[in-house]
Amino acid sequence: MSDQPVPDEEVRHVAELARIGLDDEEVEEFSEQFGEILSAFETLDEVPEIERRDALENVMRADEVREGLSQEAALRNAPETEDGYFKGPNVS
Amino acid sequence: MSDPSIFITRERIPGDREGPLSGERVAVKDNISTEGVRTTCGSAMLSEYVPPYDATAVERLKDAGAEIIGKANMDEFGMGSTTETSHFGPTENPAAEGHVPGGSSGGSAAAVAAGEADLALGTDTGGSIRNPAAFCGVVGIKPTYGLVSRYGLIAYANSLEQIGPLAPTVEGAARLLDAIAGPDEHDATTRREGADSDYASAADGDVDGLSIGVPTELVEGAHDGVRERFWDAIDELESRGASTHEVSLPSIEHAVAAYYVIAMSEASSNLARYDGVRYGPETDSEGNWNESFADVRDRGFGEEVKRRILLGTYALSAGYHEKYYGKAQQARAWIEQDFEEAFEEADVLASPTMPVPPFELGESLDDPLQMYLSDANTVPVNLANLPAISVPAGETDGLPVGFQLIGPKFGEERIIRAASALED
Repeated sequence: MSDQPVPDEEVRHVAELARIGLDDEEVEEFSEQFGEILSAFETLDEVPEIERRDALENVMRADEVREGLSQEAALRNAPETEDGYFKGPNVS
Repeated sequence: MSDPSIFITRERIPGDREGPLSGERVAVKDNISTEGVRTTCGSAMLSEYVPPYDATAVERLKDAGAEIIGKANMDEFGMGSTTETSHFGPTENPAAEGHVPGGSSGGSAAAVAAGEADLALGTDTGGSIRNPAAFCGVVGIKPTYGLVSRYGLIAYANSLEQIGPLAPTVEGAARLLDAIAGPDEHDATTRREGADSDYASAADGDVDGLSIGVPTELVEGAHDGVRERFWDAIDELESRGASTHEVSLPSIEHAVAAYYVIAMSEASSNLARYDGVRYGPETDSEGNWNESFADVRDRGFGEEVKRRILLGTYALSAGYHEKYYGKAQQARAWIEQDFEEAFEEADVLASPTMPVPPFELGESLDDPLQMYLSDANTVPVNLANLPAISVPAGETDGLPVGFQLIGPKFGEERIIRAASALED
């Protein structure tokens, strides 16, 4: 267990996985903080195996057609739409 | 004069009919959807978002005759303990000048403390109702997981969060809980409990014969002044016929780590939906979709939200999943088991709500780990799916102190009854 900073390239890699742009200053700050925070999380290594006693049940309803949001209402908050569809950025 | 920082959006939404909450002005935290009234989650990402439907809790408020008076300020997406991570700026604590109101439901607690609202809805993922209730000197209840529908609550960490009431009195909070509790076909995690509740009449102050367990782990580390007020409140309950004994919850030292791993992991998944396509700010990024998503998320999210999404992504990534997320789930099961054992010997458990008095504005923003550690007394309750209430227990150096009572699952009446004994 140590408070070693997380290497910059690892912070950048995770940010890429999460699709979050970071500037150099943020990378540097997070690299320090993540080292400290992850080190605190490492106390979880001491947690013993626990037998789970989950008694969870699925809650289902009949598969019947019900009214949902109108297309217009669903699109209302989109910055860009075209012919009743969401418009996203280029895929390439 | 009213404080403009309490509400992000001030808009009146009348009740639908006469009901048990007629005449009550209710503030609603801004992560709970209101049809036609913008709902921002305290984030630039949703600063223009107008929900096309009401949350079930909002529908039930209107149905009970309440008037909604505005959408209350909060830490961005509920991520914070001070309401300072809001994109719309901080809220000052009406009960402690120069101090934070707590968070993340800081606007809701401040609205009640300042008398701007009679009641308020907040949400509690790891203490976000109880912390601001304690800091602002009001009452707040985190219901048992599954008592109140989360339909229309904009998700942060689904397996932990509940909508709940804040009010000046225990009875007021209980009445609001009566209005919103009960099963909802739109939320499959709700249960039958709470359907015909009458929590309000449980606020009768009768603690004669009540057995109170005090988890030593949650008292020992607290600030001196907070501990004094805590033991004063225990004395008061004993003088009214309750008995107390110490209990030990060995698992609880892992609660903060387990909570943050689970909450951040769920957040990283939940907040993946904010890509600027269905809602969110426009981007003029010329790049491919990955680049434009990254650009929207860079501009739309504040620092604390980025921090939690990245740490959650890290904890779930290949090679680390078992070490962090797997272990955190083990810890959660262990904590739940420890509480169950404690409730074999006690009717309720008691602790200070927060181990410290309210922070000064700006005091704690640059040390995230210290901030996370201040949640030590509230997060175990969410991990174990239990109900808890925070009730005012006086002041230390002029700063409000909260007293927390924890009940077994669906034991809301018990904690409401016990908490009401601490009111004059």
